[in-house]
Amino acid sequence: MAPDRDPDAAVWIRARAPQWQALAAETAAAPRRALATVDDALRTLRTYRILARHFASARGLLPGSYLAAALENACAALHVAIGRPPRFGRTRLVTLFRDEIPAAARSVRSTVLWIVALLVASTLAGWWLVSTYPELVSLIASDRMIDGVEHGHLWTDQVFSVVPPELLSARIFSNNVVVTLGAFCSGILLGLGAFYMISFNGLMLGGLLAFTHQHGLAHGLVRFILAHGPVELSVICLAGAAGTALGEALIRPQLDTRAESLRRRAAELGPLLVACALLLLGSGLIEGFISPNPRFSIPFRLVVGLGYWTLMLLLLSGRLIPQPKGNSVTP
Amino acid sequence: MAEEELIVRGLTGVDMSLRIAGPGTRSLAFLIDWQIRLLVALALLLLAAVSQLLPGIPRGSMRALWLVAGILALLIYFLYHPVLEVLMRGRTPGKRKAGARLVTVEGATPTVGSLLMRNLFRLVDGLPGFYMVGLGCCLFTHNRVRLGDMVAGTVLVLEEADASTSLARLSEAMQKSALPPEALRLVQDVLDRWPELEEGQRTRLARGLLAKVDPKVRTEGDGALSGDALRAHLEGLLGTGSRS
Repeated sequence: MAPDRDPDAAVWIRARAPQWQALAAETAAAPRRALATVDDALRTLRTYRILARHFASARGLLPGSYLAAALENACAALHVAIGRPPRFGRTRLVTLFRDEIPAAARSVRSTVLWIVALLVASTLAGWWLVSTYPELVSLIASDRMIDGVEHGHLWTDQVFSVVPPELLSARIFSNNVVVTLGAFCSGILLGLGAFYMISFNGLMLGGLLAFTHQHGLAHGLVRFILAHGPVELSVICLAGAAGTALGEALIRPQLDTRAESLRRRAAELGPLLVACALLLLGSGLIEGFISPNPRFSIPFRLVVGLGYWTLMLLLLSGRLIPQPKGNSVTP
Repeated sequence: MAEEELIVRGLTGVDMSLRIAGPGTRSLAFLIDWQIRLLVALALLLLAAVSQLLPGIPRGSMRALWLVAGILALLIYFLYHPVLEVLMRGRTPGKRKAGARLVTVEGATPTVGSLLMRNLFRLVDGLPGFYMVGLGCCLFTHNRVRLGDMVAGTVLVLEEADASTSLARLSEAMQKSALPPEALRLVQDVLDRWPELEEGQRTRLARGLLAKVDPKVRTEGDGALSGDALRAHLEGLLGTGSRS
């Protein structure tokens, strides 16, 4: 009941009440507007400025009052409406592919090299382990796979005749996406999750290669992964590098707080994950339609594999969509 | 537990506070959304099952129908949150029902990128099951956020659904009535809840309120106002006449 005690407040309120009623209409309309014109935007800003000024005064004159709360809520509603990001249209899409994905890829370039080294090392370790202790293959392959290879058949031979290629592609794509996103997200465990995912995948790859080599089927496995493997493995390395970078943001924050540093790094790396998901979609299609089909020759698979890998490099280096004249890609 | 607030620096330098939604509101919103997507997914599968009973559909088509229904059901189940949060600007039907919405730590609407990132981390927040990591984070973090929110820079806040309505009604009443805003709001609240309250309860509330804001009115003893007369007097104080 402050205005009773403070006549100034009562006078202040009564003088402004008619204006608030008019401004309330704009407060209700602004957040619902799908497309705002310049006039709409200016009106919203004007309303926000007036309400914010009145809220500041109300907080001083009538602290903790319903009026101050109503003004604060109206200001907050307008603040959210004003801070609304622009629509995700064509321009935004071009910026994503032309600038943001290459920038994100550049920011993890050195980490990618380390991750590739880790993948190679763990693949060699997997090869050595299974070559030396063949019984260890049971840790990375199912009994059915082992049985098939021991009888001279690769598990990839039957897959094409049993599962329709569309379904196979969808299954492979979803599986790869989960692995890739898992490698990124587990980076939040100070990068250790990404380290584990890459090492485990390397060990599996090396182990399976060694196991198939022991039974004279390694060439069949290489033939199978030739078309989709280069991009698929590169994407896993990219996601692992992004996850490691996320962990690094927590270990060595570049901003004031770890939370802020993590947030900034995740926002920078987000576009790279979009690229990874799209690349995996293509990779899944190749793995579903081309890789298991015995009709495709090795040179054809090699061309597809290298061609798709080159496309990936063009996308990551920003050369897929040319820069507008006057701009140049920073190395 | 004291209500937690997200302090937002306004564009004009005036700070505002948004009430942070706790684990309870978060869980309620999730359960509502979970039920919706489960029902839609089940409805799709049911539709496929019913189609199987229709005559004249070849066996080969049935397999494709089940496949499509299954894939659609999975897509709805997994893409429900990211798609709806993007389309509804930080809300989902469940969040709306629970009175919550997502904002950035600066109090603005989150971008598409941050909403997708937030949803991506459901992979970790959902571990080892029943969102235990996410829920645990909500209990112990500053802004009651899960890992996905931390990474995306989002906060779930309670939405003041009637932000414009309350200001409009308060200012309208202030023009017509001589009562101070605090009293006006109380009178408004009692009148809003009038139909839901029991006779004795609302009479007691109205008399208590009138005794404070309008001491001239007789609220006790012979000739004291009761029932509709009390309501009419409260409406008169608001200066709005009869209210629906």
